[in-house]
Amino acid sequence: MMMKTDRSGSNLSAPARSNGEGPKVLRAGFIPLVDASVLIAAAEFGFAAKEGLTLDLVKDVSWANVRDRLAFRQFDVAHMLSPMPVASMLGLGSNPSPTVTPFSLGRGGNAITLSTRLFERMREVGGISETAGALENAKALASVLEAMRERGEALPMFGVTYPFSSHNYEFRYWLAAGGIDPDRDVKLVVVPPPMTSDALAAGAIDGFCVGAPWNMVASERGVGRIVAAKQDIWPSAPEKVLAMRPEWAESHPETVSRLIVALDAAARWCDRAENHDALAEVLAGPRFIAAPVDIIRHVLSGAFNLDAKGNRRVIADYFTFHRGFANYPRPSHALWLYSQMIRWGQIEFSEQGLRSAAEAYRPDLYRAALGIGPTEPDVGIEGDRSGDRFMDGHVFDPSNMMDYVRDFAVRSSPAARSDRQDV
Amino acid sequence: MPAPDLTILVIDENAIRASIIEEGLREAGHSKVTIIHEVQGVARIIETLKPDVIVIDIENPNRDMMEHLFQLTRTVSRPIAMFVDRSDTALIEAAMDAGVSAYVVDGLKKERVKAILDMAVSRFNAFSRLQRELAEAKSALEERKVIERAKGILMKMRGLSEEDAFALLRQTAMNEKKKMSDIAQSVVTAAGLLM
Repeated sequence: MMMKTDRSGSNLSAPARSNGEGPKVLRAGFIPLVDASVLIAAAEFGFAAKEGLTLDLVKDVSWANVRDRLAFRQFDVAHMLSPMPVASMLGLGSNPSPTVTPFSLGRGGNAITLSTRLFERMREVGGISETAGALENAKALASVLEAMRERGEALPMFGVTYPFSSHNYEFRYWLAAGGIDPDRDVKLVVVPPPMTSDALAAGAIDGFCVGAPWNMVASERGVGRIVAAKQDIWPSAPEKVLAMRPEWAESHPETVSRLIVALDAAARWCDRAENHDALAEVLAGPRFIAAPVDIIRHVLSGAFNLDAKGNRRVIADYFTFHRGFANYPRPSHALWLYSQMIRWGQIEFSEQGLRSAAEAYRPDLYRAALGIGPTEPDVGIEGDRSGDRFMDGHVFDPSNMMDYVRDFAVRSSPAARSDRQDV
Repeated sequence: MPAPDLTILVIDENAIRASIIEEGLREAGHSKVTIIHEVQGVARIIETLKPDVIVIDIENPNRDMMEHLFQLTRTVSRPIAMFVDRSDTALIEAAMDAGVSAYVVDGLKKERVKAILDMAVSRFNAFSRLQRELAEAKSALEERKVIERAKGILMKMRGLSEEDAFALLRQTAMNEKKKMSDIAQSVVTAAGLLM
């Protein structure tokens, strides 16, 4: 089962030494989502034990808790939204405490789901087919919103998970690509992921962007229609990361290295389709996600039921846990997240901000542990390669941050509002 | 507490615990206390109430919604920071352990907030203790009930006196190194299958 290139074997052969870094039991906070798979697999399938570590996984109920418990040392490490370390290094949020990531927990997993009622209106007003793409869907929604405005209907409410989340930025990216101003044309609210499907069914919200398995839970119940996946918006978009306090990383270098080696082996294992049954079985249990195992199995294979009517779509890399350096904490990604924070008015651009944002990602720790990394420079152009483009065709050049942000027709500065046409 | 009165908002899904906190705040001389049990409509409440201190239980998944609110400057006019004094980590850790978190308007004197948070922490802890004791009392009651039933079954089926039935249960439990209530439960289950 293990591949030749597996590194965990070579690391295992190194003598286990006592290094005065304290007990090797690490308390790790996580939120029950499929994108915590690498962390869960490391604990449950022996990858942490191989490195002499015990991962004590603690399920939490909110990202704010995860952040605070990491900051106040109740957790050693945590499953976090990729924008959270960036926000904390920029001093954003209600309890900003220095947080870094040496390891990304993979790519993919998010999707945008709208209520079936709203999607029916998009088909009527926007004239789209059942199999329309993400951009067509966004444009159709823009037409529906225009019709709603004319008739004086209330703005639709859309749920995201956290102000500093990939979901917030991806939902906004998708809306804006269709010509919709997320701060003016719709109302964005925060809904805890396990409640999204119920909130949609009850009509409390009209759509949401969350991680797996909650999109498919809603579509299989027949209350929601998946209209875009993370891959449609930007395939390389950062998702969850393993977060830690920088001072803890400094004082526990050996533990950090071992943890990265364990997670790397777990990620490689998670990527292999033949392990998905075992992984799904564990994830579905009450200690973790507590959701139907068959839905989690479908999610892992990227085989989507877009709705309850039998429309299906297979997204080949819906989850990438390891391939193509999916775990490498690329500072360009931190800077892209910073660009979206600027775009939506969460912070102003500054040279210091540029440095702080990049410091949230620590490829040096990844390379020190694994001795490998991608050949491209850590900070470079994003979205210019075929197969990895942004849905609106923009290309991110981190050395030209403000031009990149200004180029978006829809963004939250007043200047942008005055020069754009209502759709 | 010296004037002016602080406006305090308590968000707790557990109505009993919320009322315990409310009582503590009133005892400490706070009269401007609002309690809500769910976060629906909290944005409007915060807007009109303009609380100086928000106390929220951390098992509430809607904390992330609060974070979102605080990001929208137009909803909450004044900046709200978690814990007024980050240097007091002992208090903060005690709060996290107890399961309570607080949001505090920047610039508020730390002694005033500390008193509120200390009180919330001790009441949260007292509540957990109460719940634990209640659970223990409940399970003790259940155990006594099942032992009574097992005794009755043994008396009826084997013609034992109450005293002997009890002695048999206790002896079996000792021999099997099990709790008497477990043996009693087995008797009840077996009797259910046999009769």
